[in-house]
Amino acid sequence: MTQTPGKTTSSNKDVIGRFRFMNEQRVNLDGFATPDAELGLVAFNSPHDPKPSLTIHNGAVIEMDGKTVDQFDTIDEFIALHGLDLGIAAIAMATDSLEFARRIVNPTEPRKEIVALAAGMTPAKLAEVLAQLSAAELVIAMTKMRARSTPSNQAHVTNRSDDPLLLAADAATAAAFGFREIETTVPVLADAPSNAVAVSIGAAVGSPGVLVQCSVEEAAELALGMRGLVSYAETVSLYGTEQIFVDGDDTPWSKAFLTSGYASRGIKMRVTSGGGAEALMGGAEKCSMFYLESRCVSLARAIGSQGVQNGGIDSASVAGSVPGGVRSLMAENVLVMLHNLESCTGNDALMSESDVRRTSRTHPIFIGGSDFICSGFGSIQRYDNMFGPSQWNSEDIDDYLAMQRDWGVDGGLRTAREEDVAALRRRATEAVTAVYSYLGLGDFTSEWAEQAIDAAGSKDVTASDLMLPLNAARTIMDTNVTMLDVITALAENGFDVEADRCLDMLKARVAGDYLQTSAIFDEQMNVLSLVTDPNTYSGPGTGYRPSPERQAVIDTIRQQKSVSDLRAEQQTFVTGRFIAVAPAEVSHDPRDVVIGVSPATGKEIWQTLSGISVVDAIHEFMAGLEEEGCVGRVVRINDTVDLGMIGLTAARMSGSGISIGLQAKGTALIHRRDLAPLANLELYSVAPTLDRELYRLMGINAGRHAKGATPEPMRNPYSDEAIEARYHTKVVGLVAIERDCTSTTAPELMEVSR
Amino acid sequence: MSHGFSGKDVNEVTVDSIRRGDITIDDVRIHPDTLEHQATVAEANGNPQLAANFLRAAELTSMSDEDVLGLYEALRPGRSTAAELTAIADRLTAQSATRNAELFTQAAAAYERRGLTKK
Repeated sequence: MTQTPGKTTSSNKDVIGRFRFMNEQRVNLDGFATPDAELGLVAFNSPHDPKPSLTIHNGAVIEMDGKTVDQFDTIDEFIALHGLDLGIAAIAMATDSLEFARRIVNPTEPRKEIVALAAGMTPAKLAEVLAQLSAAELVIAMTKMRARSTPSNQAHVTNRSDDPLLLAADAATAAAFGFREIETTVPVLADAPSNAVAVSIGAAVGSPGVLVQCSVEEAAELALGMRGLVSYAETVSLYGTEQIFVDGDDTPWSKAFLTSGYASRGIKMRVTSGGGAEALMGGAEKCSMFYLESRCVSLARAIGSQGVQNGGIDSASVAGSVPGGVRSLMAENVLVMLHNLESCTGNDALMSESDVRRTSRTHPIFIGGSDFICSGFGSIQRYDNMFGPSQWNSEDIDDYLAMQRDWGVDGGLRTAREEDVAALRRRATEAVTAVYSYLGLGDFTSEWAEQAIDAAGSKDVTASDLMLPLNAARTIMDTNVTMLDVITALAENGFDVEADRCLDMLKARVAGDYLQTSAIFDEQMNVLSLVTDPNTYSGPGTGYRPSPERQAVIDTIRQQKSVSDLRAEQQTFVTGRFIAVAPAEVSHDPRDVVIGVSPATGKEIWQTLSGISVVDAIHEFMAGLEEEGCVGRVVRINDTVDLGMIGLTAARMSGSGISIGLQAKGTALIHRRDLAPLANLELYSVAPTLDRELYRLMGINAGRHAKGATPEPMRNPYSDEAIEARYHTKVVGLVAIERDCTSTTAPELMEVSR
Repeated sequence: MSHGFSGKDVNEVTVDSIRRGDITIDDVRIHPDTLEHQATVAEANGNPQLAANFLRAAELTSMSDEDVLGLYEALRPGRSTAAELTAIADRLTAQSATRNAELFTQAAAAYERRGLTKK
């Protein structure tokens, strides 16, 4: 975030203003590549992508996607040996790709039949099929084809200093906001066991059933899982070309074995891939990103992984740099769903400097719904995200919650109250402090704990000791600490609820139900998966709909305000006094200017939208009139909320025939008794931008109109803020309050004092 | 399925029994029968590859963490000769881990053909 857009162009001074201005926008920090198939810089359909083909002889694949068995690389070979349903392959491969694409988005075609047919298709065939879907069709495909009915979301919880207290507090916070998986990692590899323990404790403080992973090197990650210190794994990377796969220090066979290694300990696992990775590493073999990703996903199914995290991931910006690249990222996710696998749909590494582009990249997936909308929503500060900044970060949580509410969409998150999160963060730090002390992992100062509770990020925790996590991690490894020891430590220190929740996660491994496709736990520890919560979408009115309770959670964001909230807020602004002293009479004094105020002014409403006291606004009118030698008279008009009518009624009582009309929210005008109600002499229509000086000027001008002199020109101030977004809801509430205050009471002469 | 790898009923695993030191990690580790059951569930839900994974996993439950990590290491590129992979396959077959043995047998041939054996 240090670069300034447009400054890198040395010739910017020779560019016309319109383009100088455009060049300075953040989107122009992003890289956009000219498509180049030689480098793998094409989203779909490289001329070097093979045509789909499959030849089966004696029950074995002897040719696939243009290569005979002797030409197979290890990826082809593993897919050919394990990945295809040869029973249906002949029918599947003979199915017209466009026709199959249409069936995918046709709600009346059952999901089960689609995935059964896709199981007989080769990588090139499926790449050809999904290249046919438009953006809108991908949304429908995702809605229909994802495995689990209920959508959910995953958070990143990391920090620069591997601070266990902050990790635990942030994990509890992520759980409070509704994340059902938490992924942590380390800047210092040796700290990993400490991070796993701290995040597992924090997650247990926040909610039952939150899955936790610690992303490190493959073997190290499995070792943490074996000790029960994490409950799932995700960083098991697949690549679409053999060269890059081997550069990643694995083969399809080692990955297949690793997958079984996780299952043998009852640990949920998914693999990671993503278009653009091969191009980024210079090994795309001239193929399109989407075809290579199709190989990855076919391999994921072949090795027996229950799910895939893809959609670019670390290389999302590579896909984002080419035409159709963002569409291909979403198509990757649908590819996973077609393979009947769990889809953790990217929206992970930040793919653009532009808020518009990054929202655009996520939005169709958010609307369509997936097993995990983000495979890593950065629930912490960008600078604390040890995976790098995410597509969505802690500063975006309220945006995301508002988007859920706007569209009535369940994006997996929920609103959390400040006082609840504060209490959870305190408990998380207390639990980690107790466990680390009990197990001899380290001691935290109370200053450190207080900073971690309050911290928005690790920069706020100056009391942390960087050596503590390292020492804690070493002790965990040396003394063979397992989750059983953590549970004991929690229970011995009075954290019974958290001990139970951690134990429930261990017991889940014994049952094994969460090894099935797309499994998460709800807060009652029910497994939601392809098996227990299958997606049954078959058109409008079917499939996942939030329950009324869940919808209420989505809708009731903390910023929401009712009229009674506004009414109560206005009572805190009461300043001075408004007293009706007598019925107002018509004056014949030519210096008389009536200031007509709305029914709620100084009764229920005391502050205008710009934060000025109505008493002060009236005072400015009076002072302005006095400057011009006129006399202001405040009259409350009780029978209308319409400012034109208020002004006109006031003008007809005014000795000069000139009035000022004021609505309590701050809108004001100058009226004259011979004008139509909606005509007026001057209008301040944008109440939120008005200041005392402008109200004074209106007083002066009303005086000049009264004397027949020339008024000062007045312009409404302008601004680039979303004035309407900020104030319209308040306006609706304030007008409702005004309406409640209307009565048939005749205009009243008011005495206004400070 | 309510029995851990050790055979202990998972209902006997409580915070109190853990505090008393009565529980080992094998009591909260998955039993091969459970994995075989999960394999039938996966198969019934349209994913025979996931089922095959669970069956391979069932064979690995009786091996120590170190052995599992060691076998994984042996399959990584350039770690083993074809003969070494075949020898592991034979050993696994002798241990009735036939599904995992098949992986090693296939890997031996594939790695040799593609130059991924130990140099």
